[in-house]
Parts: sequence; structure tokens; C-alpha cells
Amino acid sequence: MTEKPFNFKDYIRPRFFPHIWCPGCGHGIVLGSLLRAVHELGLNKNEIVITSGIGCSSRISGYVDFHSLHTIHGRALTFATGVKLSKPGLKAIVPMGDGDALAIGGNHFIHAARRNIDITAIVMNNRIYGMTGGQFSPLSGSGKKATTAPYLTIDRDFDVVELAKSAGATFVARSTVFHANECKDILKKAISHKGFSVVEILTQCPTYYGRKNKEGDAIQMMEGYKTNTTRIGSKKLEKNPNLIQRGIFVENTEVPEYCKAYDEIIKTAMKGKA
Amino acid sequence: MERTRLVFSGSGGQGVITAAIILANAAVLFENKNAIQSQSYGAAARGGATRTDIIIDDSEIFFPKVIQPNILVSLTQESYNKFAPIIRPGGLLLVDSKYVDIQKKVDAKHITLPMFDTVMKEIGKPLVFNICMLGALIGISNLIKPVSILKVLETTIPEDFMAMNKKALELGIEMGRKKRY
Amino acid sequence: MKDNNIKFIQGNEACVEGAIYAGIDFFAGYPITPSTEIMEHLAYRLPQKGGKFIQMEDEIASMGAIIGASLTGNKVMTATSGPGFSLKQEALGYACMAEIPCVIANVQRGGPSTGNPTHVSQGDVNQVRWGTHGDHAIIALTASNHQDVFKITVEAFNMAETYRTPVVILLDEVIGHMREKLVIPKPGEIPVVARLRTSVKKGVDYHPYLPREDGRLPMSDFGAAHKYNVTGLFHDMWGFPNNDPRVVSELLRHLVDKIENNVNEINMYKEYWLDDAEYILISYGSSARSAIHLAKNRRARGIKIGVLELQTLWPFPSEMVREKCVNAKSVIVVEMNMGQIITQVKNAVDNPRNVFLANRIDGELISPTDIKSILRMIQGKGV
Repeated sequence: MTEKPFNFKDYIRPRFFPHIWCPGCGHGIVLGSLLRAVHELGLNKNEIVITSGIGCSSRISGYVDFHSLHTIHGRALTFATGVKLSKPGLKAIVPMGDGDALAIGGNHFIHAARRNIDITAIVMNNRIYGMTGGQFSPLSGSGKKATTAPYLTIDRDFDVVELAKSAGATFVARSTVFHANECKDILKKAISHKGFSVVEILTQCPTYYGRKNKEGDAIQMMEGYKTNTTRIGSKKLEKNPNLIQRGIFVENTEVPEYCKAYDEIIKTAMKGKA
Repeated sequence: MERTRLVFSGSGGQGVITAAIILANAAVLFENKNAIQSQSYGAAARGGATRTDIIIDDSEIFFPKVIQPNILVSLTQESYNKFAPIIRPGGLLLVDSKYVDIQKKVDAKHITLPMFDTVMKEIGKPLVFNICMLGALIGISNLIKPVSILKVLETTIPEDFMAMNKKALELGIEMGRKKRY
Repeated sequence: MKDNNIKFIQGNEACVEGAIYAGIDFFAGYPITPSTEIMEHLAYRLPQKGGKFIQMEDEIASMGAIIGASLTGNKVMTATSGPGFSLKQEALGYACMAEIPCVIANVQRGGPSTGNPTHVSQGDVNQVRWGTHGDHAIIALTASNHQDVFKITVEAFNMAETYRTPVVILLDEVIGHMREKLVIPKPGEIPVVARLRTSVKKGVDYHPYLPREDGRLPMSDFGAAHKYNVTGLFHDMWGFPNNDPRVVSELLRHLVDKIENNVNEINMYKEYWLDDAEYILISYGSSARSAIHLAKNRRARGIKIGVLELQTLWPFPSEMVREKCVNAKSVIVVEMNMGQIITQVKNAVDNPRNVFLANRIDGELISPTDIKSILRMIQGKGV
């Protein structure tokens, strides 16, 4: 914790503003939660490298006053792996959209989880490709409308939490932009976790997903996050098992972190040489 | 010295490539010669027909492949059948008596030695068949000094296996010297 | 006595020795024939000197990882072959655009597609130049023997730092796999270029993308005093995305000019018996060995023939090639593809009609006899 009250201007690059997000987009709330988490953790801005790919979500990297690496579509985790392994003292945060994380970048997602390298992956799930104008994503689910699914989608969606768990991520959580404070608290834990942490944040795209699927405007979509989700293990689930659970699903500190494990390799190799 | 072009051939797993590397290493590191070793690769590491080329010379070697070897070693019938026709006229052909039946003589000195059987009788491990072959070759040809080969073996082979390798090399040299021409 | 600086090793290992000499800190890769020995040896060697090695999940990931590691201040490298090199192209372009020093070794095999994994080819020459999309410049070096593989590897790292750019080491299966002698140069014998870091103090505005007068751009490591943005978008001197037409054209010109304007500095080559040569063989990589073999052999028979061995393929040293070929009756380009460098040679020389191709594309190393046949044809002697 720092004593100084939070002021977002301490953490952004005004040069980049105004941001590109549409009115009503949930991504700004993710950004707000992230910056508050960083502030409350008292992290030095020079210790953070934010790495992103391509898409609406990936623009976060430019807006924040950290070391920022805006890379190519889907590969942000690989660049972040190079940053982190080569300089483990840095905090690596990777905000990603649906495609970055689970379509073009799906392979990198599961392998980063398997390695348990200390990177925080934030999956900003808006169930649509926003920047390219509303094509369905691997998180849209079936029966949805998108510009590339004029007759409704037949593709099933991934469950990000289940996928991250099975791939071996040692910290897995979910929240929504309606629960901005919960988001912040989870992000604090995720960033502090020594290992690969995945935080899925449900965030609305009223422009493409909401409009096309008759889910209303931004406010109605956020209300949906309130009514359609509940805390892990909540009693509400007994009445409605279809509610999406929020909270921390996995927090495992037993698995060796990748950079730490490699330090041991260096020790062994150096001994062998001597 | 005159340029020596060798082809070692056999079956994957017999150690012909290792033998070629040891020979070329000895020439470069301990006899101040130039050497090049190369091999043809297939998808399978073991069991297929293997060929490795070695060129040894005092002067610089540019084209690294052997088209007509002065010395051809074949440790399987298949490799003998395949490569015997490419031997340089007047060259040397060394084969193992257990694995190769000479079919049709070519214009080269033919030497058949019981290398595999000797290794199995005296040492009991097929692992050092290739080193025995190397011993036989330098026993026949004087191409490289035995001490140079031993020095290479000392730097590449675990201590526990050294005695076995040395014995195999000596057995080969002994057989080879009797065939010197 | 055995001198520990004399090695009898594969060309891929010579490349590793060169990388170690140049000060490599970080390697990321994915196994692929015929380059795998590079990563195997670095997996062993790098942690011995406190460096980092990582086997990534694929070729693209390897390219991403080395770019990330370069930004924290490390000398980085990856190694691959044709199919992997194709996969790396997008990230390679990113490294061009964001001006990230890195070295990519491509040990060529037969292509297209899976092609001929264990056999030699020089079919990626043009891909190296134009594989990634958009206008850009690239540096590509090659060599025909292990001593030179070592040297060009050191130079690849040097040029990556000097010009803040990806540099491709273009080897081939024959060079990568064959074993021959390498004498490791003493420290200092080949100069090693260190990362140029900014002297701008903390709190003072640092411009990561503003070239100095000498054209070089001092860097600041991620984690150091200056927080800046790195992007594959067109960007201004702070690294902020910018699509102002003036900014776009200036950046693109800078990316191309910083390399094309230094052709002479980047150019490395060797020549054999060119002074009075009526016939000039132009070659590179393993095929140059056959060219030199043949020329030596023909010289002994009184034919005035020489060899120009290119070590810098890109940027192509057109002016040097033109000058060397001014007095030649005929020029024969010896390469193992359907004719890639020959296009550059024809563009460079005064009389492109006198330029002929001696090639081989079946996975076997082109032989001196193959070249001799072409030479006899040109001489009007028949094969």
C-alpha cells in the first residue's frame, strides 16, 4: 500500500489520449482496475513491462506509463516470455483480447501456463472481435450473431477458466467490469502471484456484440454481469446452476516458477564447468 | 601426403559415423592435417544404410564430398553392394567377414577381416566394433598414428569404457598390420 | 599437444562458437532440421556463462521471445530452417519496424514446404530479402567454411547492434552439418560491438527513435530509467503510433536508408584469382567450395578463371560486383536454386548477356564437375 491517494494521471501517458475505445466499452474499467491494483501494490512503474498484441484490448499498453511493448497479433505472451526470462526482476503484465489469448494466440496461452512463468495474463472477454468490426470469437459461443455469422454461430466457446486450469496455470480467476473493485483485488493477487496467473474479465462490447445480439446498451450489458454471475460456491447456484462463477479458482504456490527453475539450471551448468 | 578420400558405410547404429569423426578429429587435432567429415542423413537414426565421407589432406579442402573413395569400408552387405562400384581404381576395400560376402571383384585391394567376430570373442561387446574397424584401417594403411586415435578417445569416451575401446583398437591394428601391402 | 582453441566441429557448432564470442546472452528456438545442433549446443553452453536458453512452443514464439529479451538489453539469437523461417516472417518484420537488434540463423534445406529436410539447398535467398511484408531492408550474411561461419556470426551480432536491425545468417545443410577445423580467434582479434545505450539521464526526455547524427539510435533497456513505447505501427521519435504521412514516409526511408546507404560497410566477400580472370564464378555458401575447387583445378591447366565469393547477400553489393566483373568474358553464378542471386548479378553487371547460371536443385551439393560442364558449354567445347 502507498499513502498517496490514487490519481490516474500518475499512471497514464496523456499523449495517447483520447483513447480509441467506443462509448460504453468495458475496457476502460479494466484499465482503471489495473492501475488501482498497481497503485495499491506500491509497484515502481519502472519495474513493469506491459506487453500486448493487436486489438481493442491491446491498446492498453500504450496508455499506461510503464515500459510498453505493443507487439503482433496473438504473440504478446511470447514477447513477454523473453522479457521476463531475460530480466526476471521485471513484472510482466499482458492484457489480451479473445483472439489474442485464445484464437491466434491459443497455443502460447497454454504453453505459458504449462511453464508457469511469472506473467499476469488478463483476458478481456467481450465475446467478439471489436477492432475489425464484429466477427465472432472463440469466446462468442454458439447461436450468436456476428458479421461472419449472419445465420448465427455454430462454433462452441472456450471456458477460459477451465482451459487455464487444465493447461496448468497456477493462478486462475474471473471477474467482470461490473465488479470493478473485485477486479482490482483479484488483479492485485494475480500480479503478486509468483507464477503464471490468468484473470478473465468479462467486459462488454455494446457496439458490436451487444447490438447484434440484442443485449442492449452498455448499462444493460453491465447489469447482465450483475445478474448472471455469482461468487464461487454461492448459494445462488443451487437455484440457478447456469450462473457464471466469479472469484479465484486456483491459487497454487507449490509449482516452481520458470525463471527460478532456470536459475537452478544455471547453477548446475556453472558447477559442471568448474 | 596425398589427398585421402574415405567412405565408411554400414548400417545405422554400427558406429561408422562415430568412427569417421574420431579419425578426422585425430588428423586435425593431433597430426596438424586438414580434414572434413560429412554424412548423408535420412529420417531414421538407426537401422538404415549409413554413409559418411572423410577427406584428409595437408592442403586446404574445398569440395567436401567424396565421389570416388581411395578407401571404402563396408560393414554390411547392403552398403557393400551399394558403394563397391564407386571405389577409385587401385583403392582399398575393407569389409567385415561376418557381414559381407564379396560378390564381384572391383579394381581395388580387397581385404576381408573378422572384425566383428574378434570383438565378440575377445571383448564380448558389439559396441566397440567400429573402433576395431578403425584400428584395422590404420593397421593396414598407416593413415593416422594409433596414438592420435587414442588421444581422441581419451577426450571423448568415459573413463570406464576406455579400456574396452583401447583393446578394440589394438585388436584391429594387429589384424590390419598382417594385411599391410 | 592439443590446442583447446582448435576444434573439429560441425558448421552449426561453429555458428554457436561465433555467437558465444560475440556475447550472446539469450536464445529461444524450436527444433528443426538441419539447424537443431545450434540450439542443442546453446542449451548446453548458455547457462554455463549465466545466459538464458528457452525451447519455445513454436517458431513464432521463439522469434517473439528473442525480441522481448533484446529489449531488456541482451544479445539474442534464434535458429531455424525453411518452414520455420517462413513462420517467423511477421515477427521478423516487427523487429525491422521496431528496430530491435537480433540474429536469426537459417540453415537452408530443400523447399518449398517440408521439401527435403536433410538435404542442401540455397532456395531461401530471395525469401530472406522479401519474406516479410512491406518495404524494408535486411542484412543477410553467409559463409562457405567454418572459420568464416564463426566470423560472419560475430559480424551478424555486430551489425544487429550497429544498425538496430535483425540480421540473418544464411547457412545451408552442407555447411551446417559437415565437420571441419575451426580455430577460435583470441579475444579482441575480431572486434565485438556492444549495445549502444543512451546517455540521456533519468527525467530528461529520451527519444528512442530519433537517430543521432551518425545514424545510430542509442537504446534504453526495459527496466532502466526510460519508459517508452515499442510498436509495430508507424511511430514517431517517442515510439508512439503515428500515421501522419510525413512521419510514415520519414520512418520508412530511415529503415531502408540506414542499411542501403551502408552497403560498403556491410559488404563482406572473398576473391580468388580475379586479377586476370576471363571467367568469373560468383558463388556463396557451400556451393562456393565447389566453385573454388574447380577454379583451382582449371587454373592449373592454364585457364584464366577466378571466384568471387559473396558473404554479404543483402544488401546486395551491386557496385562491387560490377567492378569485379568489368573485364570478364563470362560470369557464371553458382548457386543451388533456380536462379536467385543471378538476378542481382545480371542487374549489377554491364553486360547481363554474359552471365550464366550453374545450378543444382536435387538436394545434392553442386560438384566441380557440374560447374565444369557449364564452363565448357560457354567456351564452346560442349560437355
